Amino acid sequence: MRHHRFSTGMRVASVALALAVLAGGCAPSRRAQAITIKGSDTMVILGQRWAESYMKGHAGAVIQVTGGGSGTGIAALINGTTDICQASRAMKDEEKAQAAQKHGQPPAETVVARDGVAIYVAESNPVQALTLEQLKGIFSGATTNWKQVGGADAPITAYGRENNSGTYVFFKEHVLANGDFAAAVQTLPGTAAVVNAVAADANGIGYGGAAYAKGVRECGVRADAASPPVLPSKDNVLSGAYPLSRALFFYTAKAPAGTIADFITWVLSPEGQAVVTEVGYYPVQ
Amino acid sequence: MTTQAWESGLPALPRGRKTDVAGPALSGLTGFAAFLIVAMVVVIMGNIAWFGWRTVTWEFLSAAPREGMTAGGIFPAIFGTVALVLLMVVALIPFGVGAAIYLYEYARQDAWFTRAVRFSVNNLAGVPSIVFGLFGLGFFIQFVGRGIDRGLGLDVVWGQPSLLWAALTLALLNLPVVIVTAEEALRTVPREQREAALALGATHWQTIRRVLLPQAMPGILTGAILAVSRGAGEVAPIMFTGAAYFLPYLPTSPLDQFMELGYHVFVLSTQSPDIEGTKPLLYGTVLVLLLLTFLLNLTAILLRSRMRARLAGR
Amino acid sequence: MSNANPAIGPLRHEGHGRSTRRRIQVWRESLISVLLRLCAFTGVAGLLLIMIFVFREALPVLMNPEIQKEASLRHFTSTLMWQPVGAVPKYGLAPLLGGTLKVVLVAMAFAVPLGVAAAVFTSEFASPRLRENLKPAVEILAGIPSVVLGFFALMVMASWIQMVTGATVRLNALNAGIALGLGVLPTIFTVSEDALRAVPKPFREASLGLGASPWQTAWSVTLPAAGAGVSAGILLGLARAVGETMIVLMASGNAAIVSGSVFDSVRTLSASIAAELAEVVFGSAHYSVLFFLGVILFVTTFAINVVAGMFVGRLRRRLAGA
Repeated sequence: MRHHRFSTGMRVASVALALAVLAGGCAPSRRAQAITIKGSDTMVILGQRWAESYMKGHAGAVIQVTGGGSGTGIAALINGTTDICQASRAMKDEEKAQAAQKHGQPPAETVVARDGVAIYVAESNPVQALTLEQLKGIFSGATTNWKQVGGADAPITAYGRENNSGTYVFFKEHVLANGDFAAAVQTLPGTAAVVNAVAADANGIGYGGAAYAKGVRECGVRADAASPPVLPSKDNVLSGAYPLSRALFFYTAKAPAGTIADFITWVLSPEGQAVVTEVGYYPVQ
Repeated sequence: MTTQAWESGLPALPRGRKTDVAGPALSGLTGFAAFLIVAMVVVIMGNIAWFGWRTVTWEFLSAAPREGMTAGGIFPAIFGTVALVLLMVVALIPFGVGAAIYLYEYARQDAWFTRAVRFSVNNLAGVPSIVFGLFGLGFFIQFVGRGIDRGLGLDVVWGQPSLLWAALTLALLNLPVVIVTAEEALRTVPREQREAALALGATHWQTIRRVLLPQAMPGILTGAILAVSRGAGEVAPIMFTGAAYFLPYLPTSPLDQFMELGYHVFVLSTQSPDIEGTKPLLYGTVLVLLLLTFLLNLTAILLRSRMRARLAGR
Repeated sequence: MSNANPAIGPLRHEGHGRSTRRRIQVWRESLISVLLRLCAFTGVAGLLLIMIFVFREALPVLMNPEIQKEASLRHFTSTLMWQPVGAVPKYGLAPLLGGTLKVVLVAMAFAVPLGVAAAVFTSEFASPRLRENLKPAVEILAGIPSVVLGFFALMVMASWIQMVTGATVRLNALNAGIALGLGVLPTIFTVSEDALRAVPKPFREASLGLGASPWQTAWSVTLPAAGAGVSAGILLGLARAVGETMIVLMASGNAAIVSGSVFDSVRTLSASIAAELAEVVFGSAHYSVLFFLGVILFVTTFAINVVAGMFVGRLRRRLAGA
């Protein structure tokens, strides 16, 4: 007659498990010591590289980085679930007001790098340059064929970002003049996905940070029909000659202090800015 | 008379010696359907195994990711997944098995409460996983978590995504599986044993604890394993309740965030900064996740068939 | 004289301080019974809480005038655009509802014939050895997490479909629909197969005895008899397809288009929630709208499941009393 399926072994194991769980609950949360950075998908590799370099050089520092889009980072900043928000666009006034309401003071803004929003086309595409007006036509759905902008007779497939992306909002404001994207623009969740899609599609066009352009060609952008085409090179972006230049930001709920301030100071130092150039963006200066 | 009743119900049967073409055709078509399904499963598993097997080395399983997820391993994701399902099981089994015991041993089958429980369990099983994610955010994090923060005078400690809330959300998601399999397991114990124990003067609880539960263990374990397998694979409920993409530390407390295999697959395939570079890591992660769920399901199936064989062989 | 079996413990009528021990035991038993009742209550509580809290966060769309300035039932129906982020947010539900419907239809068109046909084959025509191999194959498919199916559709199947159909857009409703169909196939197959097996042998034997061939029996006798069960399986598959998130999030292109073609991208209700929930400020209009989408999903799947339950009930009654 077998009475005890609960052998001593099983009892010991379950008690050990329970103790382990309880002990885990009492351990100091690593998260409490960590600096959380959330936000821009454009900046996520940059943020990760910064975190890796900083942690290597400063023992005891713990930095965790998540992407999700500038909108996600800003919402997290307002909700209070992140220390630093990375954003590839400036916070809007309503957002600053919401943050001020939640935290008692407006968020602190720091420019940490510069970037140009590149227009990607397939390498086989003959179109070399587009004006802002033509870009607006393409992404708002008014222009649907490449021959209308000087290319081959083929339909245009436009690739864009999800609406939580800072790049999406930047593009909407600066190219579409706050108009709507065409519903047919494919919404992809990350810049790399956009690049991949355009690389695979001879009739594709997309937009995203200049550092990601692998396997695609950057299309020159002209401010209007009379200007010369400008590519997003370092000089053009830093001087502002490239029409779609933008700053990349760090936002904190209050003025940076303590370990957060140390980190941001390091990011702005020559060491931190060297990482920026390494990743493919452009330094603040 | 009887033949007439039957014949009026059936469609006209072919009489005489017509070549029966439809018969083989139908069984051929349905057989083809079955074959197609098997072929698709083989193709999917084959594709993943083919591109992923080279990546899965010991280093891959034991190291942390490096260089923007293009090198290194996925140990933190494996650790996070294990921590998540362990916490889930601890929360889930007592309630699930307790509910099953109640339904089997204590409840009057026609009572409104019993019917309410069964109805709830059945419909809980059908709630979309993203709604569980919303619930985890709206109830556990926003209501319970923030409530605790307010009560303890903290800023934002409990009211944010963490292992605890993700595990509780998954526990609720898997509650129906555990209740149903545990009740099924209790039913496999022969009624004579239960009645004999009661006749000898044992109380309800003594019968359960000493006679029924030990014998229902394989079935209860099956339910736990199925829950673990589902818990390791579901991503929507944990996306907003605790999973993170890159953490430089392993979670040591239920209030930490965690990396997780399924979430890692999702982020790597859609938001990775370097899709070509992360492809090997991605395929490797998918293969590890598949192997994990596959092994768990296999164990559960074997346990279940052994349990059913015991029931049948009586 | 003690008859106590050491395995079971002191029996009801045993012991020295008989009445005290008995009282403690009775008290313990009632405590345990209350605790177990509480455990069972978590099931009820869980469902109730989900309903309460998801509805609660969605309520501002219907009740709060502040939120209603930006998002209300009127906004949902007055525009065909879904662009919640912008100077003037647009919350048109038409593309999301249409997208969900389109991808679910593709999934069911794919999964129902395959699943029911395979179930008929497995239960009626296959030899026991073949059956032993077919059922595990479907169980393996059932065990594949939806994120893996979405990954496969995104990385591999989309390219194959594009090669075969020459579609301009790689991630479209067809791609997501087939992957979704694969996800619900096991449910349809398993429930249908169970229902077919549950048809009592006398049905089949009588038909065969009257001269019908196995296929005639399967088609005209067994399948109709299992009709309620097969319908339940289809409905359960449908509910799963409507609520599924990861597959459509990864494989459908997520563009909020209203169109009739399966070669266009779609944006479903569930994928919108998953894609946008991370970027909402708690308490904002967008937040409430996303919870409202959750309410739509919940109510739809709940209704389908209740109807499926009725079919199962009808099947049981029919087979028991037929």
